[in-house]
Amino acid sequence: LRKNVEDFTGPRERSDLGFVTFDITADILNGKMSIFDWNVKQLFLYLSAEYSTKNNALNQVVLWDKIMLRGDNPRLSLKDMKSKYFFFDDGNGLKGNRNITLTLSWNVVPNAGILPLVTGSGHVSVPFPDTYETTKSY
Amino acid sequence: RALRGGRSSGGAGSGGGAAMDLFGDLRRMNKRQLYYQVLNFAMIVSSALMIWKGLIVVTGSESPIVVVLSGSMEPAFHRGDLLFLTNFHDDPIRAGEIVVFKVEGRDIPIVHRVIKVHEKGNGNIKFLTKGDNNEVDDRGLYKEGQNWLEKKDVVGRARGFLPYVGMVTIIMNDYPKFKYALLAVMGAYVLLKRES
Repeated sequence: LRKNVEDFTGPRERSDLGFVTFDITADILNGKMSIFDWNVKQLFLYLSAEYSTKNNALNQVVLWDKIMLRGDNPRLSLKDMKSKYFFFDDGNGLKGNRNITLTLSWNVVPNAGILPLVTGSGHVSVPFPDTYETTKSY
Repeated sequence: RALRGGRSSGGAGSGGGAAMDLFGDLRRMNKRQLYYQVLNFAMIVSSALMIWKGLIVVTGSESPIVVVLSGSMEPAFHRGDLLFLTNFHDDPIRAGEIVVFKVEGRDIPIVHRVIKVHEKGNGNIKFLTKGDNNEVDDRGLYKEGQNWLEKKDVVGRARGFLPYVGMVTIIMNDYPKFKYALLAVMGAYVLLKRES
């Protein structure tokens, strides 16, 4: 599982807004077998950013998600993706934040039964720069 | 005098025989039998209530089983699916979890996914939700001026699910005549059932 990012921050109103672009290479497995067994209807995959700020001890923001149905290829190879959702902080905690951890997780939706939430192994830490970008070249 | 015994075909014709037998039974029952049947019925109702209350205690949720009412979480959940919830106090709310919450002042619980979490050191959490099948987040569904949900708005977290089973509840809600008919049939069956 690998992610590469480049990013910059820009202020909107009074909260920090981060922009992240990323690549994802992943193989979703259940142990050694494909995750799609007889009781898996679909997977809800999401990329979340977790970090702490002065305002909040823990912040989690979902940047991107995807629904993978039974029958789809469990291998992901996405390049140059932009976040689907605005990465707003609750405050100004993104500027200069050196440690934003990006993790890929997924919710297994069975045909019937338990709904587990699984976190993929392998995560990437990204720093945000110390200054704001004034031009929005997103 | 025999209180029970084989059913004698007392005078009823072949047509409508079953219904006549039932009413015949009812008339033949003496008071004690009637009380017995009523108590039987009350026991069934109490047991059901106790199981439900027990579930509420064990899961920590005021409504441990809910029916999905809208298509906002498709294709994972469809209208009529049944969800099993827990609401343990120490379970933190984390991004990606499916929560059932109630907006202040509204009765209908909503099943959506948590997409943003901001938690303070003292445990104070505020979070934002969005339905998988919706384009935008739920801010439009919250109260006027409300931008975040808090722990107190949560009914529970979805831990398991069964498809289609909840359709019965939706049908009973949309067609009350069906609900009354079902209740009448169940009531008649329990009251008139004879243990032989």
